[in-house]
Amino acid sequence: MLQVRNLEVVYDDVMLVLRGVSLDLPSGAVVALLGANGAGKTTLLRALTGLLDVHDGAVTKGSVTLDGDPIHGLRPAAIVRRGVSQVMEGRRIFGELSVEDNLRVGGHTNAGAVGERLDHVYGLFPVLKDRRRKLAGYLSGGEQQMLAMGRALMAKPRYLLLDEPSLGLAPRLVDQVREIIVEINKSGTAVLLVEQNAAMALSIASHGYVLETGKVVLDKPADRLLADDDVREFYLGLGAADTGAARRSFRDVKHYKRRKRWLS
Amino acid sequence: MSSFVEGFLRGIGVGSVYALLALGFVIIYKATRVISFAQPALMLAGVVLVSHLAVPLGFWGALPVAALLTALLGLGIERGAVRPMIGRPAFVVAIITLGVDVAIRVVVNIFIGLDVRNVHDPWGLGTLVIGDVHIEHRHIAAFLCAAVLVAGLFAFFRFTRMGLAMRAAADDQEAALAQGVSVGAVFALSWALAGALAAVGGTFAAAGGSFDGTLWLTALVALPVIILGGLDSLPGAVVGGLAVGVAQELVATYQNHTPWLGGNVSVITPYVLMLLVLLVRPYGLFGTREVERV
Repeated sequence: MLQVRNLEVVYDDVMLVLRGVSLDLPSGAVVALLGANGAGKTTLLRALTGLLDVHDGAVTKGSVTLDGDPIHGLRPAAIVRRGVSQVMEGRRIFGELSVEDNLRVGGHTNAGAVGERLDHVYGLFPVLKDRRRKLAGYLSGGEQQMLAMGRALMAKPRYLLLDEPSLGLAPRLVDQVREIIVEINKSGTAVLLVEQNAAMALSIASHGYVLETGKVVLDKPADRLLADDDVREFYLGLGAADTGAARRSFRDVKHYKRRKRWLS
Repeated sequence: MSSFVEGFLRGIGVGSVYALLALGFVIIYKATRVISFAQPALMLAGVVLVSHLAVPLGFWGALPVAALLTALLGLGIERGAVRPMIGRPAFVVAIITLGVDVAIRVVVNIFIGLDVRNVHDPWGLGTLVIGDVHIEHRHIAAFLCAAVLVAGLFAFFRFTRMGLAMRAAADDQEAALAQGVSVGAVFALSWALAGALAAVGGTFAAAGGSFDGTLWLTALVALPVIILGGLDSLPGAVVGGLAVGVAQELVATYQNHTPWLGGNVSVITPYVLMLLVLLVRPYGLFGTREVERV
């Protein structure tokens, strides 16, 4: 179980980006994390994988625990070794390296089993096997996404964090990515799926969180999130047509915005 | 004709030294995006170590030991002066390496002293004669040694796990971190490699005669070499080094035909060559275009 408790993250000592976020990723589950741009989704993933340092960010409160052990102070390499891998937003493949070298770097912490993992990844993504000698920078967007996912799988993670895997992909490729995520999950890897494509994410997740300006505002099982009026309105684009109201105020819809606040 | 061939081969020998020195710059640049101005000091430290160690160990024993010690010195510089500066602008770190360079050279100069020092190399000024072409042994040795080291380096970056990690970190540091690559180890290793290369390169530069504290100026020729070859290209450093060496020695061979240029025009040849290449290809012969902002 990967647990986030009351996590607060500050960038450059002043910018409070996450304020008291709590989230559970049980082993073997698929959990969706939804939110608009700037909500703090990527920051949360950075906190989970120890990459905040690079961006002058720091965890100021709360904790990230993996099976009960705190991991938010560890270095990225140590976190990868413990079985938490991240596929970064925008793929971030090594363009100047060949496809196979990209995968080998993914297996950096798992040097003994590189051959076996390569076979596994090539089985999951046959297209990568065809292109293994090519420079990764010349792959198409969909192939690069698969390479990024395959690279993360090389470390044999128990928890895979995917940051917007559907970003910039055609609908047919999004379906393909979705099926691959289901496949990865079937082999026992828990997946935290960070998405703006809520329909895709909630269709495979068992549980969903909605993050808004650094706070978790909704936290429900996926089927109930799918039925939630606010999620339908803002993340699925379905709400307004259902009720027939042409013009509506934001205040009427976002019930969680209407809660009484004493501070801020 | 024989003087042309002689000049060319001498250039290959001298160029091999430049290539080794330039490789150190490029390895550090690729890993850390910083041009290390501490290379001349590392080179001088390596040469002085060889000159002292060669007495008990002999030249061939002293060379690897000195290279190892200089690698440790590079490691120390990285730990002590460069690592705390991670995240600061590259310019700041470059200036710090400049300071480190001066400091180390002052210390090293103490060990040079007032006597003439030499590295006790086995070649001296002996030559191999083929037909009417004279080739100095030390230039052959420099070329062979550089060839072995370059081949080893390329194999290292191509086939080993750590070499691959270094290439990945040079490509995208954060993505490499996310794969579990320790970027700190990459930095340290790049400085260690650069230190060892500087020591070996410097030793061959000093072979065949005596040296003093001004030997460090030789390492500065690596700057036009890396700019010629492209800052972030290892093959560029090798080709650039050989090209600069050959150009310099050919000019030296024929400079008495152009007395109006003065007697030492070969010394500035590398810089003229660099200027010409910069006019045509601002990112160097093999460098990637993004590098031009540096």
